[in-house]
Amino acid sequence: MDSTTLAEVSGNVATIGYGLGTLGPGIGLGILIGKALEGIARQPEVAGQLRTTMFIGVAFVEVLALLGLVTGFLF
Amino acid sequence: MVRPCMVALAPRPRECALTTVATNQLLAATGEEGGGFHPPSIAEFFPASFLFEGTPFEMNRIILVRLVAAAVVVVLFVIAARRAQLVPGRGQNLAEMGLDFVRVNIAEETLGHNARRFLPMLTTIFFAVLFMNLTGVVPFLNIASTSLIGMPIVLALWVYVMYIGVGVRKFGVGGYLKNNLLPPGLPKPLYVLVTPIEALQVFLFRPATLALRLTANMIAGHLILVLCFGATHYFLFEAGGALKIASVFGLVAGLAFTLFEVLVAALQAYIFTLLSAVYLNMAVEEEH
Repeated sequence: MDSTTLAEVSGNVATIGYGLGTLGPGIGLGILIGKALEGIARQPEVAGQLRTTMFIGVAFVEVLALLGLVTGFLF
Repeated sequence: MVRPCMVALAPRPRECALTTVATNQLLAATGEEGGGFHPPSIAEFFPASFLFEGTPFEMNRIILVRLVAAAVVVVLFVIAARRAQLVPGRGQNLAEMGLDFVRVNIAEETLGHNARRFLPMLTTIFFAVLFMNLTGVVPFLNIASTSLIGMPIVLALWVYVMYIGVGVRKFGVGGYLKNNLLPPGLPKPLYVLVTPIEALQVFLFRPATLALRLTANMIAGHLILVLCFGATHYFLFEAGGALKIASVFGLVAGLAFTLFEVLVAALQAYIFTLLSAVYLNMAVEEEH
């Protein structure tokens, strides 16, 4: 390492992709759960229904982030 | 028990670690006397087999953990149900709470009046997934038996065959396809786009994501736990001087993530069962 190099990156750059891949689902989960909370706060009597629907949505969003994890191992 | 399909997540000899040279030098300098730090890898999930090697019934550690988990579910429920009384004792109460949760919060909430038909299946799936997930935080078992893709694939295929089966039986092949592939109320040209997407969704993505979600969650959880406790071990025994203090953080993070894994195990069992119920409901519902 010469004197002007501070840090050097080795390994597969595709790994960065997983980090980027979590961004979208992260934002999505934030909006999704925040909105569900908002709905529950406004109308506590439908909390159960909202929570179930929220978990279904969470499952669909979450799988996107997990695809990033799996492709990180595969490719 | 079916032999796990290892095709989907087969390990590849590929450099996945992304480290900086500076970190490497630091770690090398402090860890010279010991073996150094070994980050967890995907190879964790493919331990050596010890029984029936070379046959389709090859056993390794994870398969054994699966058998243990299955035996535990059966024994617990036999104990709880054998001395069932009108006024439940503590064990029976706990079992009833679990069964009630699946019936009320999952089956009846999503399936409505159809709930009774699918309740045995949903209950089986919920408790199988829950107990096989929980082995990930049990000391000495230490691996979620759903973290190999085989078990989730079996469960997902069961759901897949069931929801297509009940849909076809109720509406006939043509009716089922029409219900699922041609959602009503769209302008005609849009069907060129919508129908292929719906077809992929119904016949491929639903079962694939069902299995993949569970496996990937368990793999990620296990890797995090191994990383935390591996780092604790490394800092405590092999790193020198002030770096030993870092082992405290590793231990605290490891314990916190263990609790988090319990939550994830329960949540994934809930989500798997909930989505199965939703898919079944989509197949038997009249209107789409």
